[in-house]
Amino acid sequence: MTTHQSHYHHLLPEVAQLLDAPDFLQRTKSVATRFSYAEALLDLADRNPKVVVLNADVSKSINTNKFAAKYPDREFNFGIAEQNMMAAAAGMATTGLIPFASTYAVFASMRALDQVRNSIHYPHLNVKIGASHSGITPGPDGVTHQAQEDLSIMRSLATSTVISPADAVTAKLATCAAADWEGPVYLSLTRDPVPILFDEDYPFQIGKMVTLRDGCDATIIANRDLVAHALIAAERLAQEGLDIRVIDCHTIKPLDEEAILQAASETGAIVTAENNIIFGGLGSAVAETLVEHCPIPMQRIGVQDTFAESGPYLDLIDKYGLTAPHILKAVKRVIERKR
Amino acid sequence: MFDVIKKKEPKVIESDSKRIPSSPVKLSVSDLEQMARQIRRDLIDMIYTANAGHPGGSLSATDIVTALYFRVMCVDPQNPRWEDRDRFILSKGHACPVWYAALANRGFFDRAHLKTLRKLNGMLQGHADMKKTPGIDMTVGSLGQGFCAGVGMALAARCLKKDFHVWAMIGDGEMQEGSIWEAAMAGAKWKLDNLTAILDKNGLQNDAFVENVMPIEPVADKWRAFGWRVLEIDGHNMQEIVEAMEQALIIRGIPTIIIAKTIKGKGVSFMENQPDWHGKAPNAEQYRQAMHELEVAV
Repeated sequence: MTTHQSHYHHLLPEVAQLLDAPDFLQRTKSVATRFSYAEALLDLADRNPKVVVLNADVSKSINTNKFAAKYPDREFNFGIAEQNMMAAAAGMATTGLIPFASTYAVFASMRALDQVRNSIHYPHLNVKIGASHSGITPGPDGVTHQAQEDLSIMRSLATSTVISPADAVTAKLATCAAADWEGPVYLSLTRDPVPILFDEDYPFQIGKMVTLRDGCDATIIANRDLVAHALIAAERLAQEGLDIRVIDCHTIKPLDEEAILQAASETGAIVTAENNIIFGGLGSAVAETLVEHCPIPMQRIGVQDTFAESGPYLDLIDKYGLTAPHILKAVKRVIERKR
Repeated sequence: MFDVIKKKEPKVIESDSKRIPSSPVKLSVSDLEQMARQIRRDLIDMIYTANAGHPGGSLSATDIVTALYFRVMCVDPQNPRWEDRDRFILSKGHACPVWYAALANRGFFDRAHLKTLRKLNGMLQGHADMKKTPGIDMTVGSLGQGFCAGVGMALAARCLKKDFHVWAMIGDGEMQEGSIWEAAMAGAKWKLDNLTAILDKNGLQNDAFVENVMPIEPVADKWRAFGWRVLEIDGHNMQEIVEAMEQALIIRGIPTIIIAKTIKGKGVSFMENQPDWHGKAPNAEQYRQAMHELEVAV
């Protein structure tokens, strides 16, 4: 049993119960968020005739081939040509369609970045980008397919909206919310399975952080696949008598500054946790807010100034310093600095 | 031959709750030539006033852009976002002075704006911005992208069951961008007969002659090999331009590219075929001479 179950919000009961289990990640049901994105598109298609799906030869990987099978007239496979796909998506959006351009995050945020900036974001066209294989979640594929920079890059684009859901439930909610959002949205999705954490009542709203665990000694602000690891770290710290708040920052932009400042003033120390390079991502975003409004002890968990390598997902993120034990240490350090 | 034009009338839309009358324009070839002369004067005036801009590629594109807006395309200046309008994308976006001049003369906005090219707080950006300027169908400037957006628009027309036509003008230097060929493959894959590419083949790019910077020949063979129907014309012969466009509209089952042989700087003798006039403004003396030549030209 977890020590402070009443402190948790929106977690599935079985998830809250298992958080202190050493094999939590093995015992929870896990799904890659790319698949939830593809599922959500099928739901959206029924509801919204403007939704179309664009692929770039990875529809079998993202599962958007299911959309293609069901709605052949509303799916367009551009082949291995992400630049054309992104600019064509922009052209489609000028007519009122809502294109979901689907590819891997390395290609969406880097190869086609010029198109994503100039043809989609500058004219603020209503294109949604489904970017799988974000962070170093495509473990075995190696560095060329690991988009450890996608959040940093996408956050730097003016007027961008950047979402990195933590689990299958919120990935679906995020995809549906993106369809209703006016303007470009970047959805950063995982290749590897991540635990299903949340119940269906999760209050997903673009730009609004969600507190998953109450606490007053420090706050962990995490996103995407590291939310699960943040929860594990908080549970372990609870057993040591520390009361740690955990926040799911699914939207890195627009950033919920109010929630950050509230956590800062109420807990006095913050650790950010992201499966993204430490430059320009969640840690940077939170640090910018704190430095300008409420400087407190802070520590960033993220990929350091290095490229990763091939390896099983969980072993890989552990080697590169992103798992619960690393988060736990960082929390202890910021609490120490408070004194 | 010249009476062949799409049987389509602008429809009203409800968006701003007032009905807007259509205003089809279909100039004769000689009137088009006259309009092209006016547009050339306007764009030289704009670039001189701004003291910056790209006269060479604007002048090479002028006759084609004129034919589109004053004869071929179905648009409504009173309702620039009319959803059934034909689209034009100047993928070689640095030549936007010709686009602005055509739109102003067609009535999309007041000619007074032409004096504000590239000026702070103005709506005529250095490269065209669809959100700032009425009539601009796509934001352009980074080469190789507008044409791809045209592929998207043509696909969208099919999705939405609309019969508008998409015209996208690319430069021959721009053909060096890989994304042009990505879009060329896509146009053939989806048999986009509602998309016409127009190549403004003026033979020059920023640094020098195209054939020296990075050769692109054999251009027509390349497009044919990519699955496009190729029409080759003199891009300054108004009759040939109009005929090719009208032919492109009736070709079915295959995308068309009109390869228009043009002269960079066309109409201003000292700018013609001169690499230096890609992206600079004339001085006062050059401006007077240019305007004089465009006044008396026949």
